[in-house]
Amino acid sequence: MKQWLHPGFWITFVIVLALGLAPIVTQNASIREVMFTILLAISMAVSLNIILGYTGYVSFGHVVFFGLGGYLGMYLIDSWKASLPLAVLGGGAIAALLALALGASILRLRGAYFALATIGINEAARTFVANFEPFGGPTGIELHFSVYRDYGGPAQALWIAYYAVVGITLFAIVFSYLIKTSKFGLGLMSIREDEDAAEVMGIVTPRAKTLAFVFSAVLPGMLGVLFFFKNGNVEPGDAFRLHFSIETLVMIMLGGQGTLLGPVLGALGYQRLRGLLLTSDVKIGTLPLKDFQLVISGILLLIIVLFIPAGLVGWLRRRFAPLRRVLA
Amino acid sequence: MSVLLQVHEVTKRFGGLQALTQVSFDLPEGQILGLIGPNGAGKTTLFNTINGVYKPDGGRITFRGQDVTGKKPYYLAKMGMARTHQIVRPLNDLTVRENVMVGACFGHENRPLHEARAIADEVLAFVGLDARADQLAGSLNIAQKKRLEMARALAARPHLLLLDEVLAGLNPAEIDGMVQTILKIRDQGVTILMIEHVMKAIMNVSDRIIVLDYGQLIAEGTPQEIASNQRVIEAYLGDPRMAEQLMEEQV
Ligand SMILES: Nc1ncnc2c1ncn2[C@@H]1O[C@H](COP(=O)(O)OP(=O)(O)O)[C@@H](O)[C@H]1O
Ligand SMILES: [Mg+2]
Repeated sequence: MKQWLHPGFWITFVIVLALGLAPIVTQNASIREVMFTILLAISMAVSLNIILGYTGYVSFGHVVFFGLGGYLGMYLIDSWKASLPLAVLGGGAIAALLALALGASILRLRGAYFALATIGINEAARTFVANFEPFGGPTGIELHFSVYRDYGGPAQALWIAYYAVVGITLFAIVFSYLIKTSKFGLGLMSIREDEDAAEVMGIVTPRAKTLAFVFSAVLPGMLGVLFFFKNGNVEPGDAFRLHFSIETLVMIMLGGQGTLLGPVLGALGYQRLRGLLLTSDVKIGTLPLKDFQLVISGILLLIIVLFIPAGLVGWLRRRFAPLRRVLA
Repeated sequence: MSVLLQVHEVTKRFGGLQALTQVSFDLPEGQILGLIGPNGAGKTTLFNTINGVYKPDGGRITFRGQDVTGKKPYYLAKMGMARTHQIVRPLNDLTVRENVMVGACFGHENRPLHEARAIADEVLAFVGLDARADQLAGSLNIAQKKRLEMARALAARPHLLLLDEVLAGLNPAEIDGMVQTILKIRDQGVTILMIEHVMKAIMNVSDRIIVLDYGQLIAEGTPQEIASNQRVIEAYLGDPRMAEQLMEEQV
């Protein structure tokens, strides 16, 4: 229980809480839109960090859980008239099931082979959904306007989706910290450091890895439902964008893999940068700078991997030992 | 005295290389069994086969009365087998204390985190690493990393401890310290199988010794018997320094 007194947890929690409350306090819809995107990025990064940062498995498949969860949720709302909370739970459940099935097969692969397999899964998921009739095939699912009536109209529905994302993001912080400071988390970090040594010391690695993968998949599955519910429609191309996974990965690397605060700061920093790029009218040649967002995230990733592989928070913790007592 | 570990005609091949050929021996509970042999004889491979890192190509391994041939390392760890690595494998980004806690948490006793912390501190004091508990394991020097290997294995409170060249690279004073540690561990009732190149030490601490050469078990006996065994001396002829050390043990 002592771990809950660690300032590193509270610093992170309060940052997220403050971000989440800003639009609520001001009742400002445009701030809410910005925060929705930022909180989504934070909770995606925090959840990916469980498999990537704690366990040491680089996954490019995080968006698969987001996309598949989103699809199932939209399907439940559209075809079964399910309520939003039920759809969100459904999205989390299907993502968890997929992670469980995948975990048993591809988590046997190590290093680059695992990373490559996750890319393959993203492509497979997109193709599958694009040909799956109940999910609307290539055109996807579009919600009827009337769906939002149950939530007090579209404007109110957007607020409800926002509250849910705030809740999930706060939960993500608590959950991630709980894992990090648990015996299970110690096992995951041992796997990250040396999987063979971890096995020799008694860690049942297949089970631990699969569980970590499932834990990292649940929240994206739920977030996907909220995102597409807010959007009003979902299409295969939207739901399984590989670069969404890559950007999430860059956020973690930027802030510090395996730390609690790192993915939060990384997501915040990356989204700020993206916002600046999108609103600038600078052009490179004839192309606007905003088209270079992925190029920039690629360069950013290269710089981090080469020069500060521990990321901002990891670097600070290493460079200044006293900070270890403050940052988690 | 009951037999804790039984190795029966164990064979292991790497492609065309016959690393172990029908190796058999028994290890009674409470003993220290020394395992010696020239470099490349297959000693580390035998450890890896016993604790499940490699599946043997033939033969049977029985631990605590149970056939454990081909079982995974974590299965054996949970049954009470712990080991150190010849080439140390610290969990670099975790602290020294956390490294040792892993042994207590996931090994034979399966302790919860807070109990593991207490065990880790106790074991770290025992091996003389307590001052380093909060340091990252990656920052230790090689002698300290060897002690860390030992501490991690001990924290599991194993029935059987496999030690792979824990004395290599230590200075004479450090060797004496480590030998005392090993004897203390045995006195706590832990059975030990140890690979060692430092002849004097292994001759002193072992109850019995087995000798591997080119993957075959060529001798078994008390330290005195081994030191005067003609086949053993021949096996070491390629290595005059070791042969000399061996001769010195003959009194
Ligand atoms: N994983 C492996 N793959 C192929 N050959 C190996 C492997 N491990 C060990 N060997 C070979 O098996 C033989 C025995 O090695 P080892 O058990 O490490 O010897 P020792 O510990 O007695 O010095 C050596 O020839 C070594 O090169
Ligand atoms: Mg060896």
